[in-house]
Amino acid sequence: MVRTKKILSGFYNTIKPSLIAVAFGLLAGLIIMLIFNPGEAFQALFTLLIGGFNGGLTGIGNMLYQAAPIILTGLAVAFAFKTGLFNIGASGQMMMGAYVAIHIGVRMELPGGLHWIVAMILGMLAGGIWGLIPGLLKAISNVNEVIVSIMMNYIAGHWLIYLIRTNVFNGSYSRSLNILPSAQLPMLTSIFPGSTANIGILIAIGVAIIAHIIVHKTTLGYQLRASGFSMDGSKYAGMNTKANIITAMTISGLFAGLAGALAYLVVGKTIGTAFNIFPEGFDGISVALLGLGEPLGALFAGLFLSNIRMGGFYMQIYGFVPQIIDMIIAVIIYITAVSIALQAALRIYGDRFKAWFKNRKLKEDV
Amino acid sequence: MKYKVEMKHITKVFGTLVANDDVSIAIKPGEIYALLGENGAGKSTLMSILFGLYKPEAGEIFIDGKKVEIHNPNDSHKLGIGMVHQHFKLVETFTVLENIILGAEDTKKGFLQYDEAVAKLNHLIETYQLKVDLNALIKDITVGQQQRVEILKMLYRDSDILIFDEPTAVLTPQEIHELINIMNGFAKEGKTIILITHKLNEIKAVAHNCSVLRRGKLIGTVKVSDVTVEQMAEMMVGREVLFTIKKSPIKLGENIFKVENLNIEGKGKHLVKDISFEVNRGEIVGIAGIDGNGQTELIHALTGLMPFHSGKVTLGGADITKSSIRAKYEAGMSHIPEDRQKHGMILDFDLQSNLVLQNFYQSQFQKNGFLRFDAINENADTLIDRFDIRSEGGPKTVVRSMSGGNQQKAILGREMARDHDLLIAVQPTRGLDVGAIEYIHSQLLVEREHGKAILLVSLEIEEVMNLSDRILVMYEGEIVGELDPKQTTVNDLGLYMSGAKRGVVQHG
Repeated sequence: MVRTKKILSGFYNTIKPSLIAVAFGLLAGLIIMLIFNPGEAFQALFTLLIGGFNGGLTGIGNMLYQAAPIILTGLAVAFAFKTGLFNIGASGQMMMGAYVAIHIGVRMELPGGLHWIVAMILGMLAGGIWGLIPGLLKAISNVNEVIVSIMMNYIAGHWLIYLIRTNVFNGSYSRSLNILPSAQLPMLTSIFPGSTANIGILIAIGVAIIAHIIVHKTTLGYQLRASGFSMDGSKYAGMNTKANIITAMTISGLFAGLAGALAYLVVGKTIGTAFNIFPEGFDGISVALLGLGEPLGALFAGLFLSNIRMGGFYMQIYGFVPQIIDMIIAVIIYITAVSIALQAALRIYGDRFKAWFKNRKLKEDV
Repeated sequence: MKYKVEMKHITKVFGTLVANDDVSIAIKPGEIYALLGENGAGKSTLMSILFGLYKPEAGEIFIDGKKVEIHNPNDSHKLGIGMVHQHFKLVETFTVLENIILGAEDTKKGFLQYDEAVAKLNHLIETYQLKVDLNALIKDITVGQQQRVEILKMLYRDSDILIFDEPTAVLTPQEIHELINIMNGFAKEGKTIILITHKLNEIKAVAHNCSVLRRGKLIGTVKVSDVTVEQMAEMMVGREVLFTIKKSPIKLGENIFKVENLNIEGKGKHLVKDISFEVNRGEIVGIAGIDGNGQTELIHALTGLMPFHSGKVTLGGADITKSSIRAKYEAGMSHIPEDRQKHGMILDFDLQSNLVLQNFYQSQFQKNGFLRFDAINENADTLIDRFDIRSEGGPKTVVRSMSGGNQQKAILGREMARDHDLLIAVQPTRGLDVGAIEYIHSQLLVEREHGKAILLVSLEIEEVMNLSDRILVMYEGEIVGELDPKQTTVNDLGLYMSGAKRGVVQHG
């Protein structure tokens, strides 16, 4: 009993920053709801929190389907973060993953059990290559990975349109062709009837666990974390810090590429040819922050985020127009992420600021 | 007898730590008063209270017999209290003059007025022999001169209670000698001087009275001329301290480490110039020099933390000039780095992870890429036991929360326990207290006994003199002398370090 209690309180202390952040986010959302519909704001907030569960098993199934890609982009950002890298290019990596998966799904003919697996793995690899590039540039010539990876989002965005138009174009709707049924991920409709739930969520959970094991149990994770905490220290230790950077960015890209494959290996899901950078990549940053940079944290944060997105859908019964709902959710995510970042900054810089302030006072007065 | 400064029953608590526990001191005008204690004994806290940085939970302060309330440094300044901090607080790109008047400038219609300040400063410089060029930029003058600027800052503000926090840490023996003269001059003028230090010889040389603090408590106040250095040390540490390092006769073994014609260029100059030397089994070779004369660059080049332009390095017969850092370790190099927090440790890792930093990939600590936590834990237990590494939570303690001394013991233990022929120890005792220093010195001598080759780099002259079998002196990137510590005086060494003297350096 005592032991369980201890573990629980330890767990609570770990996730406290996330809970505080979510509370702030919801508070901000509630304020906006009170502005637009004061009478029913509290019911609306409740509905938002219940999320996919409003819609029974169907709603839950759809929530899980939507959760898979953002869990994976969250893992991508969190994994890079463990090595001290900020992969802001999960969107681009996801786009390349999505394209390759669709291409294989449309153009290759393989038996049912194999087709989706091949499409998924190749899509994942495409994301890995897209992540490898900023990793290489950072390792070889110390180019900032933030700038490279964000620019590569734009390259991916435009290249994606070109690739769809030349290879898998559906001219009548100006979007990509439908994938073959054999390339579709196995559905979980028997459990979640009427939903788009597929095994993507199970894969995402599996990858989160694998990422957790890599980070915390392997020599690779040990090296990556060492580099993340202190480049100087890991260099002194004789680790190959350049290889660590390349490895971390590649694995990060693999996760994001997988997110793209999982999101689009569904019959009827296509990519339009208007320029658009996938928002899931940026959701990944929020998910990673809310998950405190931990793979398992990203898993829960992704589920939470997906759930309030679904909740937004059901909020329409209280007369909130979709744009307002989008805004409320954006505010919740934004405030949550900012709050996490602020708390972290406070922990790190709070003491330094105190010291600085003391020194400054000293200097003025002496 | 009237006291200049009296602090009565001062108690200061930080959380659960009692930094000052009912401490009372009394200092006469014209006296040089030393505060002695190990790191964390509470001497800096006590002075910070006098200086107005902290507010004590209990206690009273009297200046010139009058009870005073010091809430901030402004109050202390008005009472004539000045302080030279261990780390100087100077603006590098300002001139000496600008730094001194900073915060106390004379202005006329918004324009700075220098004339009066210059006149006053020239008078002070002459009176106290504090030679420094008022128009030089701080970054262009030596550390010793920077200290004089800090002293002038106090004098310019008419302070007559002068607090010096570890003032000799960065000075050469000659500069220390001058500083002592300056302090004596102040005392003759009737100024009151408080010297915070853990260096016993300095107290012996300059102070009249000395209060010893240990773990926040006042152990006692003694008249310096009545006690020996050993007695003061015992008061400070709480047990007898061995000052004479017992070195066994040298058992020179084969040559194991050889550096030939090493050069490093950078910032448009030679950082390290044509350095060659050897280290044999069973000897400690010390590298002495004032901070910033190329020692850091030399060691970084040898250990692989920094590239170098030309030269050849061999360890145990193998050419390791171009080897990776890991290959250097595998060839038999151990390295206690100069900056233990930047290089020696991953501060956010726990202790057990830090103790396998260089060999986590070897089969004893991993299997198929998975870390063997049982082995890592066992390794930590062994080292903690053998090297007396103290921490709150044993192997699982996050290193950042450990004391500097124990962090250093952990590094020392890790580097000594690893298979090696050569130990490069850079400033192994920097910032540590007497007890830890004594321990680390004894361990280095154990290494020597075991026939390891040891390269010791230190800014502490005593340390180099006491431990080394041979001393190489570096000045401006060159080795300017090779000395036998048994036939050299501290003063002589100081002359080499300051570039005033050069000797013959035999190669090989």
